Amino acid sequence: MIAIIKYNAGNTCSVQNALNRLGYENRITDVEEELLKADKVIFPGVGEASTAMSYLKERGLDRVILGLKQPVLGICLGLQLMCEKTDEGDTNCLGIFKNKVRKFPNKEIVPHMGWNNFTEVRGTLFNGISQDKDVYFVHSYYADISEQTTAVCDYISPFSAALEKDNFYATQFHPEKSADIGEQILKNFLEL
Amino acid sequence: MLKKRIIPCLDIQNGRTVKGINFVGIRDAGDPIDLAKRYVEEGADELVFLDITATIENRDTLVSLVKRIAKEIDIPFTVGGGINSVEDVSRIISAGADKVSVNSSAVRRPELIREIADEFGSQCVTVAIDTQKMNDGWKVFTHGGRKETELKTTDWAKRAEELGAGEILLTSMNNDGTKAGFALEITGQVSELVNLPVIASGGAGLKKDFEILFNTTKATAGLAASIFHNNEIHIQDLKKYLQTKKIPVRCK
Repeated sequence: MIAIIKYNAGNTCSVQNALNRLGYENRITDVEEELLKADKVIFPGVGEASTAMSYLKERGLDRVILGLKQPVLGICLGLQLMCEKTDEGDTNCLGIFKNKVRKFPNKEIVPHMGWNNFTEVRGTLFNGISQDKDVYFVHSYYADISEQTTAVCDYISPFSAALEKDNFYATQFHPEKSADIGEQILKNFLEL
Repeated sequence: MLKKRIIPCLDIQNGRTVKGINFVGIRDAGDPIDLAKRYVEEGADELVFLDITATIENRDTLVSLVKRIAKEIDIPFTVGGGINSVEDVSRIISAGADKVSVNSSAVRRPELIREIADEFGSQCVTVAIDTQKMNDGWKVFTHGGRKETELKTTDWAKRAEELGAGEILLTSMNNDGTKAGFALEITGQVSELVNLPVIASGGAGLKKDFEILFNTTKATAGLAASIFHNNEIHIQDLKKYLQTKKIPVRCK
């Protein structure tokens, strides 16, 4: 069973559709026991960081996420909420990754919207994926680069397209919306 | 490098794809799901579905269509037509759309843009602008191009950005359906003015039209309908062509 975390910022149904297409049994839930016993947990997200973070805290989901031992995949805002801190609403986040999240400068075209390739990839999520492949991004904030960065994308400046630490994985792009390449990356996670 | 997007647009009427010329003369162009799947296969970067009937009675038909699309399609898609409130957006987004496009309703009540952006994020809001060149310059039209407004196109685009739009979909009514090329003048002006992704729409007839669009304006996407529906241009061929012209595109 794959659990998709239910909260107030989500593209949960896109993730669910992708899992259904891949044939993985799944459930959208915010129940602690269900999250704890799931084989894998996906933490999606589109929306605003401070509102999403307060929602997680009010329901104790921040503590639940930090305590998960199985593989966890954060997507888009999910990645940003797993970082240390974001400039969006000046929000302290979960701190799983040491990265800081900043806004793209306003003089450029923001959001970073569309298909972009990697400039570097490493790690299990990217098995069989070369750096010249394109995936779908849509975001106005980005995580900087750290030793936990497993994929780099360059838009205005290089930023973390993916992060990994212990059982925690995260992608800034949307694998569920990235056609065949995204499907392969999701499969790599689901088969961990 | 961020790729230029090629976006087929499916005009929807009573659950079917339709196409008109210069906003009139509507005819049937097939099942939207079949077409959408074909475009994903051909390498489309996103899809836009515009419900051109957009009556209250049609809402449920549209929502169930959006659900079907979301199940089958693994690239982003936008849904527009008759979206008047945050509740309408909520239904469309919950059904699985990635973005909504607002047009007449945003002109009538610009705050709608901000309300959607606050609730779902700017990346969810595409502001669609139908524009026509009049004696006093490019003006905004609403109601599927039937109603002229007092708004200057560039002013409205800037205002939409300030209100929290995440993207502008700019359709030139002068060019729509003519296959004579995109409206470079107004697309150039709008894409220079706002720091948002701009989708150019209306007038694509040749592969070269996309090349000229991307080489002469800051538009980040080109949208077309009939040339794709009628197999006049295959998306994969278009992208190969653009690649030889050094325009960054995603090739499968």
